[in-house]
Amino acid sequence: MIPGAVREAVARDGERVVYIARDRLLEAMTWLKNTPGQEFNYLVDVTAVEFRDRERPIEVVYFLRSLERRADIRIKVELHPVDELAVDSVWSLWHGADWLEREVYDMFGITFRGHPDLRRILMWETYAEGYPLRKSFPLRGRFSRAEQVRQALNANPEAHYSLEELSIAEAGGDLPEDMRDRLRRGERGVIPDPLPPPQSPGSP
Amino acid sequence: MSKRTVELELATTGVDSQGRPARVPLTARTDSDTGEPDLGGEHLLMNMGPQHPATHGVLRLVVELDGETVVRCIPHVGYLHSGFEKLGEYRHYNQIIPLTDRTDYLSPMSNNVGFALAAEKLMGIEITPRCTVLRVIACEMSRIISHMVWLGTTSIDLGAFTPFLWAFQQREKIYDLQEMWTGARLTTSLTRVGGLLADIPNGFVPKLREFIQAFPKTLAEIDRVLTRNAVWAGRTQGVGTLTAAEAVNYSLSGPMLRASGVPYDVRKDKPYLDYETYDFDVVVGEHGDVYDRYLVRLEECYQSNRILEQALDRLPDGPINVDDPRVILPPKTRAMSDMEAMIFHFKQVMEGVKAPVGEAYVGIENPKGELGNYLVSDGTAKPVRWRIRPPSFINLSSLSKMAEGHLLSDLIAINASVDIVMGEVDR
Repeated sequence: MIPGAVREAVARDGERVVYIARDRLLEAMTWLKNTPGQEFNYLVDVTAVEFRDRERPIEVVYFLRSLERRADIRIKVELHPVDELAVDSVWSLWHGADWLEREVYDMFGITFRGHPDLRRILMWETYAEGYPLRKSFPLRGRFSRAEQVRQALNANPEAHYSLEELSIAEAGGDLPEDMRDRLRRGERGVIPDPLPPPQSPGSP
Repeated sequence: MSKRTVELELATTGVDSQGRPARVPLTARTDSDTGEPDLGGEHLLMNMGPQHPATHGVLRLVVELDGETVVRCIPHVGYLHSGFEKLGEYRHYNQIIPLTDRTDYLSPMSNNVGFALAAEKLMGIEITPRCTVLRVIACEMSRIISHMVWLGTTSIDLGAFTPFLWAFQQREKIYDLQEMWTGARLTTSLTRVGGLLADIPNGFVPKLREFIQAFPKTLAEIDRVLTRNAVWAGRTQGVGTLTAAEAVNYSLSGPMLRASGVPYDVRKDKPYLDYETYDFDVVVGEHGDVYDRYLVRLEECYQSNRILEQALDRLPDGPINVDDPRVILPPKTRAMSDMEAMIFHFKQVMEGVKAPVGEAYVGIENPKGELGNYLVSDGTAKPVRWRIRPPSFINLSSLSKMAEGHLLSDLIAINASVDIVMGEVDR
């Protein structure tokens, strides 16, 4: 019996699906990986599913495989949108979860507690429109096309390097003083307001 | 894979035949009169890409260097993000197939097959025997062109130009075949849920047989030029090594996983399209370095050729589409003359094919690794969630680990050995 298992189901492709209580996910995953007879040593994929029915919880789905036994299992954790969208990271068990969890965070806004480097991965770090794969996110994005163009044209060079990267060889020291101040205050990639319209020289 | 012995005569650099230094190493002059700053021990931040020929697309690497040694490598991806998974939620199942072309655009046909298999599993459709064999042919043709692109670009990255031309010449022949079959070279959109876009045209089989005959000759030539080449071996052996345990822990798949000595191939271990009935070998490496990845991919081309030959030999006659008017469009002539066919045509085009509630995951062995298609349906004609398990995205996540401690020029070799295609990494 998998620790923390709430219920089981069978998917249409015949695979076993096990729902795990959110708080016991890491315990269950450790058990599945290390218990003889289970040995699910390979993490195939991590993803999330949000349903069109807003009442249904968001599911975080883990595809596990045992390379020795040639067996698969699918683990799901249900997160209710009213609660905090957070689960424990399984990075400590499988390093392959690093980018996969970052992608789920990027696309769904689900936080993985204990992930070593939880940043956006496919969208840029200062992306402000939200989480694209959520059902509440419109297909064309949240901002108007004009606003998207304005932001792209005003793209801020600060956003191209993370603070951690700028610390290499003290590269941040070469930046202009005001930019360094903004970085220090944590205001990375603040998009500057458009310039005020030029005043005609004759006006008072 | 048959075990190969590689004999090398590597000249020791910087030393002549008497064992004396042949030339003064460039690093020896640190005296102040050169006017160059002394960077002893200081690290350097270097940006590589996204517009760099050796990053195979719009990959950006931020590299921390100590001299010429990579201390840390931070990859940035997402420059080609197109939101395919989001788009898929707004489309019918058959309308998603053109999107799959554009993910891994170096092997479009096997992406089409991967998605169609997942949709069919979700809907519980059994495809016809002829369609099964034709899809195997499509998958193996894709594997060959993808590996040819990999071989060509990697050899260019490492300074060998000739294999690039040979590989791309063979790739052109497959592209001609794809064009014969689907009318497109790159954006094939070959499959439909429950069947195929079209049957193979007249003259396809002899032309493919001609290719199968000639292709091993090119492989042998590439093998002869590269495998025992001192420069090639010197630049790839022992570079970017991953042990079997690391490869499994990083969720690598495909040639990357097998080069580290893990004999896992979806075609053998979780067979689809009746792959278990074909006679081919799973190619496994030993050391998990760039050189073994090259050997694995080269040998896989021979195996793909074998599968193609067997598939052509057994190609049965019969229909390519399932006999189910709910999922397969009726022929145009019938749709224009027969009332019932017209209704089915209208319903499919306007409403799409409804899938039952549930979910299905199908992983197939793509040239780059395990391509997974995960579909969740709530009973409507559009999926609630379409997830691609992108093999090269996951393979690329091990790049930082592999590059640590290697020279900057080795980073090029390591990055090339992952075999990424940014369309799939970013989706």
